[in-house]
Amino acid sequence: MSSRSPAAAAAVPEARVISRRPRRPFVSRLQSGAAPYLLILPACVVIGAVLGYPLYFMGHLSLEHYGLFQLIRHKGEWIGVKNYSQIFHDGFFWHVVFRSLAFTAAAVSLTMVFGTLIALLLVQLGAKMRILLTAGLIFVWATPVVVAVAVWSWMIDFEFGVLNWLLTYLHVGNFNHHDWFASTLSGWAVITSLVVWGAIPFVTLMVFAGLTQVPKELVEAATTDGASPWRIFRDVTVPLLKPIFVILISLSIIWDFQVFNQIWLLLDGQPPPQYFTMSIYAFTTSFQQSQYGLGSAIALVMVVILLIVSFVYIREMVKIGDAE
Amino acid sequence: MSSKRSRRIFFNGLALAVFAVMVFPVYWMVSTAFKPGSEIFANTPVWFPYHPTLSNFGDAIHRPHFWADVKNSLVIVCAVVLMSLVLAFLAALALAKFRFYGRRAFIVLIIAVQMIPLNALIIPIYLVLSKANRVNTLSGVIVTYLTFVLPFTIWTLRGFMLGVPRDLEEASQVDGTTRFGAFLRILLPLIGPGLVATSIFAFIQAWNEYIMAAVLLHDPSKQTLTVWLASFTGDRGTAWGPLMAGATLTALPVVIFFVAVQRKIAFGLTAGAVRG
Repeated sequence: MSSRSPAAAAAVPEARVISRRPRRPFVSRLQSGAAPYLLILPACVVIGAVLGYPLYFMGHLSLEHYGLFQLIRHKGEWIGVKNYSQIFHDGFFWHVVFRSLAFTAAAVSLTMVFGTLIALLLVQLGAKMRILLTAGLIFVWATPVVVAVAVWSWMIDFEFGVLNWLLTYLHVGNFNHHDWFASTLSGWAVITSLVVWGAIPFVTLMVFAGLTQVPKELVEAATTDGASPWRIFRDVTVPLLKPIFVILISLSIIWDFQVFNQIWLLLDGQPPPQYFTMSIYAFTTSFQQSQYGLGSAIALVMVVILLIVSFVYIREMVKIGDAE
Repeated sequence: MSSKRSRRIFFNGLALAVFAVMVFPVYWMVSTAFKPGSEIFANTPVWFPYHPTLSNFGDAIHRPHFWADVKNSLVIVCAVVLMSLVLAFLAALALAKFRFYGRRAFIVLIIAVQMIPLNALIIPIYLVLSKANRVNTLSGVIVTYLTFVLPFTIWTLRGFMLGVPRDLEEASQVDGTTRFGAFLRILLPLIGPGLVATSIFAFIQAWNEYIMAAVLLHDPSKQTLTVWLASFTGDRGTAWGPLMAGATLTALPVVIFFVAVQRKIAFGLTAGAVRG
């Protein structure tokens, strides 16, 4: 959910550029006893109660028929795996899965490519320009999603939107009164641009921070040996930044796969089926068609797909956690 | 020499272009917020508010429920920040300063928890809260927000605690204070800035959240500012001026806080990479 929130920074605070010698055992570490367990207990209780239980309940729900009648009685009707067999035999469901994956692939690659390019540009700049561009990126990063959607829908407004005017002015075509959501493809282009725009600053600043850690001697040595800038990037920079790239790519996949607010709000809370991603599909099935059991089944499939992707990320983060 | 200069000019030009494209939406929001209607609804865009006015802001804050929703947002955010900070401080202490059986499992837990899409959990959380008659109450939202704020607060605070030089702890132990006492006396002041930064990040997370609040709070006077802003968008034939003013107001606290702590996080990042 924390899609692109500034807090995401916290997720990668100590991604290391260069692996170092293993740490000496921490002699002064406090002796363990009951203390650490008492310290983590409150957090565990909260996570268990507000996250563990709903997760379990969602699993349960996905095996039930839970409609309006059941909502009033607060009790579902057990139907086994029927919800799952229903969605797995539904062509539309697979369409939605495929669409979510395709969107994720497009958004993540665009984010990574542009994010890395801008980071490489930042390295080339003088101090003043670098501060200017960084400040701009930080403003974009800080913009809340709901606010960003409001601004973007104003920019693509069919009547007075600045985008239609600009494209007409540049003779790209006649965009007077052009409705960007009239065609599915251009609608998705708008959604993707919005998501990528919001995601670039985080990626850029993380990659830039990594780039500044690349030892100058290595680059100089390679230059003296006559390596081209591209070769230096490919054979020196990328291998050194690999941990950062792994974390950024897996985080981006996780965020983009579950993207919800941007689509939901751009389409005024009534996205037509061709704009359904898995999270939108699960949501509308539950809250608009009141089929909470079926919606839970869809949501659970989404969670499982995400957990597979997360595995890479979690492994990388646990390495960092272990290193201390 | 001249090729070096033209290279420089090229990169500076490129940087300006990137800057313009990235920042334009933010600029457009703020400038629209200050424009009178004649400049907003112009067939050729007016690039700068030549006749700046505050009337859009007046319209926005006089729309129904603005102040109630500001208050709700503040209540929710403050409660979430306070509670998560206390819980996270304890857990981060355990992670940063103790080796214990199950430590690794706990790390996996708090990282994995952040990967679970919150909008998948809306369904069970909504049903559980409606069973407990907690739908349409701020407390339901507060508890829900705690779960997605808590894991990352633990992780960040842990990072800040690790940044405390261990020599300091050792020195104070040599001076004869008890381990735990020394620890708290030395550690607390040192991670003060970390606590501030972490709470601001928690603040931003909770302030920005939309869909949970939209589902769990039906009553317009009980909603949060993001829901208020989104309901604004929903109207057909949108009043763009007041909407942009409302958007600016919603973004303002986040941007201020974010710019304030951003340096700290950037610093934490480099420090993490250099620390041996």
